[in-house]
Amino acid sequence: MPNSDPHLARERDAVSLFGEPEGGAGVAIRATLKRDLVLLMRRRSEVLNPLVFFALVITLFPIGISPDPELLATIAPGLLWVAALLAALLSLDSLFRSDYEDGSLEQLLLSPHPLPALALAKVAVHWLLTGLPLALMAPVLGIMLALPAGSYAVLALSLALGSASLSLIGAIGAALTVGLSRGGVLLSLLVLPLYIPVLIFGAGAVQAAIFGEGVAAHLAILGALLAVALILAPWAIAASLRISING
Amino acid sequence: MSLRLQARKLACERDDRWLFKDLDLDIHAGEIVRVEGPNGSGKTTLLKILSGQLADFDGELYWNEHPMRRTRQDFLANLLYLGHAPGVKAALTPLENLAWYQALAGEPDDEAARFAALAAVGLVGFEDLPAGQLSAGQQRRVALARLELIPRALWVLDEPFTAIDRDGVAALEARLVAHARRGGCVLVTTHHELADSPALRRIRLGQGARDAEL
Repeated sequence: MPNSDPHLARERDAVSLFGEPEGGAGVAIRATLKRDLVLLMRRRSEVLNPLVFFALVITLFPIGISPDPELLATIAPGLLWVAALLAALLSLDSLFRSDYEDGSLEQLLLSPHPLPALALAKVAVHWLLTGLPLALMAPVLGIMLALPAGSYAVLALSLALGSASLSLIGAIGAALTVGLSRGGVLLSLLVLPLYIPVLIFGAGAVQAAIFGEGVAAHLAILGALLAVALILAPWAIAASLRISING
Repeated sequence: MSLRLQARKLACERDDRWLFKDLDLDIHAGEIVRVEGPNGSGKTTLLKILSGQLADFDGELYWNEHPMRRTRQDFLANLLYLGHAPGVKAALTPLENLAWYQALAGEPDDEAARFAALAAVGLVGFEDLPAGQLSAGQQRRVALARLELIPRALWVLDEPFTAIDRDGVAALEARLVAHARRGGCVLVTTHHELADSPALRRIRLGQGARDAEL
């Protein structure tokens, strides 16, 4: 290529003005984490809604069933887990919804960085502001249901572990239904069957703690479910988002 | 690095209607390509296909002579897409919006560059207001600030002039021409009449039209 050709020289100079991505995926992931955290902190009601729902359901049960502590203590593990699960489900629909509506989602998909990692960042924020607060709140509500004192730590731990799986699995459904105007019901139908194993072992862990049995096995299975979800869900979420945007 | 986006025998069907058929495109560095056509003629769909967002079409795309499937990563690294929706978060300030886009595009975190980009689109003094409190035109300008902030060669812009005032339109038009002159490439849909420039080319989509004027 002759250097004397002014046209070519200009073109080469010009192209060097345009860069290509320099920062790694880590920068993009951190920025996405920060952005979603800031966004949710500015829309507090979205963070508070699932917590209020959780508290209301648990408050109403002793009133509706019976104040008998023995009866309540028997059903408490399942009750707390079901209510927390539904509260988490309630908050899922909005996970990608606003990004879809204002066009940020298509920008996310056009990022040169791996989409599964970026999606995982969004799910992490969802868990941090939904699943984790639910897990921390559960022991307080457990008092209302006369949950035996020894099982509080297991309750919080099982919910923290389990709700992370719930967020990951739920995000797949949220990604699949984000393009539909009324995806809420479909989302629940898609996701609930996949929630059942988490519910069984989560409530089982608390049950075992009440009866003084070993909880390690239940927690280990919850951890295993989380590990599998962590490995597979980001790819499924990314693929689901691409399908939704394609339609 | 050359810059060439080609499409061969592109065809897209929506609701039992061909939006376009046998569309051949060859877009080079230094060009502004305006996609024209009435509402519903498939302009946005064409832009989405050409920016690699839709897979539901017939035909082949090539980026720098290679099939798009294999060079997608390289293509995305050179692409700046501005969609119909501005992609601006109402709860975030313009600066925060741009900070995310900067990181998402893999650019180094640079606050001065963000201020400069906002100044270039005339948003000095609005940097720290939530974008939701800005007018539609100002929100569009926040999105347009990405053109200043993120140096990419291929711009794909869907109706970038929407809600922009007359001065802003002139400035943006000059910006497109300057980008093409610097060796970049612009693919744009707009109902606004662009001033004639040697770099400008037009693609006309009609109701089921199969003849692109190329």
